[in-house]
Amino acid sequence: MVERPAWAPQGIDLSVPSVSRIYDYYLGGSHNFEADRDAGRRAMEAFPGLPKIMQANRAFMRRAVRYAVDQGVTQFLDIGSGIPTFGNVHEVAQAARPGATVVYVDHDPVAVAHSRAVLEGNERADIVSADLRSPRDILDSEPARRLLDLSRPVALLLIAVLHFLEDADEPSKSVAELRDALAPGSLLILTHASTDGGPRKPEEGDKVEGVYRNIGSPLIMRSRTEVERFFDGFEPVEPGVVAMPLWRPDGTDDEDDPVIYTGFAGVGRKA
Amino acid sequence: MTTSVAEDRADGLRRFAAIWSRAIYPATATSMTRAEFEEYLLRLAGGLSEALRAQPFDPRFGGDTGAALVAAHCTDPEALPRILGVIDSYLLLYCPPGEAVPADEAAARCGRLQHWLAAGYARSLRDRTLAEQEALSRAALAARTEAEQALHESEARFRAVFQGASIGIGIAGMDGSILEVNDTLTRMFGGLEHHVRSRNVNDWGHPDDGPGTWDMQRQVARGERDHYSIEKPYYRTDGTVLWTNLAVSLLRDPAGTPQYMLALLEDITEERLLRERLRFEATHDALTGLANRTLFFERLEEALAPGTGAARIGLCYLDLDGFKDVNDSLGHAVGDLLLVAVGERLQACVTSPGQLVARLGGDEFVVIVVDPKARSEVTALADLILGALAAPIRIEGRELSVRCSIGIVEGPAGALGPAEALRSADITMYRAKAAGGNRFALADPDADARAITRHGLVNRLPTALERGEFFVEYQPLVRLSDGSVRGAEALVRWCHPVHGTLGPDHFIPLAEATGLIVPLGRWVLEQAARQARDWQFPGLDGPPLRVNVNLSPSQLHHPGLVPETVAALAEAGIEPSALCLEVTESALIGADEDLLRPLRQFAELGVDIALDDFGTGYSNLASLRQLPITTLKLDRSFTRGMQHQPVDPVDVKIVDGIVQLAHTLGLSVTVEGVETGLQAEHLRVLGCDTAQGWYYARPGPPERLHALSLVDASST
Ligand SMILES: C[S@@+](CC[C@H](N)C(=O)[O-])C[C@H]1O[C@@H](n2cnc3c(N)ncnc32)[C@H](O)[C@@H]1O
Repeated sequence: MVERPAWAPQGIDLSVPSVSRIYDYYLGGSHNFEADRDAGRRAMEAFPGLPKIMQANRAFMRRAVRYAVDQGVTQFLDIGSGIPTFGNVHEVAQAARPGATVVYVDHDPVAVAHSRAVLEGNERADIVSADLRSPRDILDSEPARRLLDLSRPVALLLIAVLHFLEDADEPSKSVAELRDALAPGSLLILTHASTDGGPRKPEEGDKVEGVYRNIGSPLIMRSRTEVERFFDGFEPVEPGVVAMPLWRPDGTDDEDDPVIYTGFAGVGRKA
Repeated sequence: MTTSVAEDRADGLRRFAAIWSRAIYPATATSMTRAEFEEYLLRLAGGLSEALRAQPFDPRFGGDTGAALVAAHCTDPEALPRILGVIDSYLLLYCPPGEAVPADEAAARCGRLQHWLAAGYARSLRDRTLAEQEALSRAALAARTEAEQALHESEARFRAVFQGASIGIGIAGMDGSILEVNDTLTRMFGGLEHHVRSRNVNDWGHPDDGPGTWDMQRQVARGERDHYSIEKPYYRTDGTVLWTNLAVSLLRDPAGTPQYMLALLEDITEERLLRERLRFEATHDALTGLANRTLFFERLEEALAPGTGAARIGLCYLDLDGFKDVNDSLGHAVGDLLLVAVGERLQACVTSPGQLVARLGGDEFVVIVVDPKARSEVTALADLILGALAAPIRIEGRELSVRCSIGIVEGPAGALGPAEALRSADITMYRAKAAGGNRFALADPDADARAITRHGLVNRLPTALERGEFFVEYQPLVRLSDGSVRGAEALVRWCHPVHGTLGPDHFIPLAEATGLIVPLGRWVLEQAARQARDWQFPGLDGPPLRVNVNLSPSQLHHPGLVPETVAALAEAGIEPSALCLEVTESALIGADEDLLRPLRQFAELGVDIALDDFGTGYSNLASLRQLPITTLKLDRSFTRGMQHQPVDPVDVKIVDGIVQLAHTLGLSVTVEGVETGLQAEHLRVLGCDTAQGWYYARPGPPERLHALSLVDASST
């Protein structure tokens, strides 16, 4: 009898670009390999200005987290959290409110391992290796049960992750299942890729979709209406679903590249 | 003054930071918002401004600033010239170090701060890059270890499942070579592992493989099909058969290329045996082991199925002649043994796989011949069957002769549906039976039509009694010596809604065949008994009028006959002597004691017994002594020769002889079919006691007899 069934799934293949490492590359980090950078460069070629969009995405995330803390929501469930880098959710949240708790979730094993290393010693933040497509696994995980009190409001972050779920994955179903598990007053904070209303043409969107499809992690641009539909069961928080820089800006951005108006951001409150 | 200096300084710093931020932010990848970033730069600008003024001058703060900018992800190569450019142009302008530092010294300090900043920036970027790469590698390693751990656990789990599974599991390469099998599978094949493992999937053919099995297997092997499941037999290592529920799945690698074939096998050998046994039981007759009605119809439908079925079809529908007698006289146990023996003989007659013998029920059998080469094949088979049943069957020391009647239908398969084919064979069989039995008849539409009439009677007969379609007529019995009415024979009639009034000849054989004779006979007896009571009108002297009722052979076998008759007499309130039961001679030929017992009981009760149709069968005249009879009823054929002049002397002689014999034995003689006065006179002279016939009266309603009697009474 051979030792291991030859048809069993193999381990981790670092030659396959990973969404989280490509993203780190956009953010000027070095948590990436050449394969990731190569894919990142191809995406940037197809869709110039991607890093600036990501920067706007990160900036929105920080504003939204602070908004949540201001609203008294100090528990965070960040799904699709990626590779921890400068200015993570727990840093922002715990800087604003030392007692804030954060549960990160990602399905990329390297991102998870790295998060684990970064979060070591932080009693109020932890990482779960799980998939957004299986919300039960997330909610039932040990860190979620330890760090989140579901009878009180939670801020659910789905930042730049829903566009990695194809329609066949039924992203709305996942969002609804998470929503149903959360207490009234909980917040849904999300951003989503789109060419709708932004300066980039749909063809460019198609091209970048192609890059991600090639690496086996399809990216789906969705229209504003489709993005708004994710907020079913949530009351929109002013100013609703808007381009990322327009969501409660904390300064002027007149001098920025207009590419940052690509994609949508929004916050909703569960009634 | 100091306040205003401080205010001016703060104001200058703020302006510098704003310019600096505006220049750098577009080239950064920092996560900070613009406002946060400007705030961040304000702190750094404050540090630089301090350094410009500090005594002694220490340029190292430039290095710290470079590191801080790297930490904030101002790492784009574009960022550095912007960082330095703004310092170079605006730092001294907005953050002048004051009088203590002369202008050229200030410019030099500013320059050195920039050099240090660049160096700190470069060092920090290098360190950060290395640190992040290392952290990433460590994370990748950790992730890989974890994945391997998980894989290991899943493998361990898989191993446990694989080995502990109660179903057999096998994995084969795309060429069919067996790579792995679990213990269960090895055990199922009853062999050593290497016996199973050294094989190729394609060696595992079995003659009973379902059609399409190997097509599906080939499709999987070519990657054109992902799954199939079937029931499949295998040879075990010892050559016995293993039946399995087999599910085969194609396993692909992540890129979709077929890699392995996975087979899950469940041993269903016993289940199948059980299923086969149940199926056998459901489709076979428990007594004879022959196919039953269900299987017969299945096979027939299959043969008649348009397109896929046979071209021609032959049916031999077979019914034993006189089986009922055997059953009634020798009991069901013997009857059953007889059926078993008949079944065996029939089975021996069929030799080809296209022929099937089935028992439809009772003593009815049928043989299907699928695609007979010619009609003669079917008739030859019928002959073979008749021949096979010709030899007596020995059961419990008794030799039983069974004969049968066979109805044959033979023709193109498309012509008839299964039910019609069987019906036609059934009707044809009746024709063979009506023609005397022990023969076959071939279906022909005209004969069918005639037989259907009969058949229609058979179908309606069971309900006719309930519907009150029977009635009884009476034919007077006259004493020859004085012409007085002695009684009457009760004759049952069927007022058929379609065929009109039918005499007993038309339906009594059918009633016998269907067993309806018992309730019908009882009913007639009750009617007759009641009638006899009505005839016992007051004022009429002489012995009371008697009523004659026919008893069929089957009735004699019916155990309730005597008590029911006694009850009917009691119910009607008449004496047993007012009843005469007529039994045909043929029913009593060779009768054994069991059959005679009810007759003896009747005789003891005082019921008269007449031997009907005397002279039609071959009776041993001497044996008449042993029968509990009181009367001989001479068949009309003996006296026909006396109806007209000249009277047949032979007939006279015979009748004379019979009358002498009867009287010697103490039996009275009744003559049937008397139609002329001449005839009546001769019979009277010959010493016959009573007569019956149209000369006196046809059968009619009971009131007629009443009238006759009255005439008779008044005339004497
Ligand atoms: C573009 S990054 C976003 C990271 C972070 N939320 C941010 O906006 O800065 C997307 C992350 O989502 C993760 N991701 C994608 N699909 C996911 C899924 N189905 N379940 C969990 N994580 C997923 C990827 O591994 C990646 O780390």
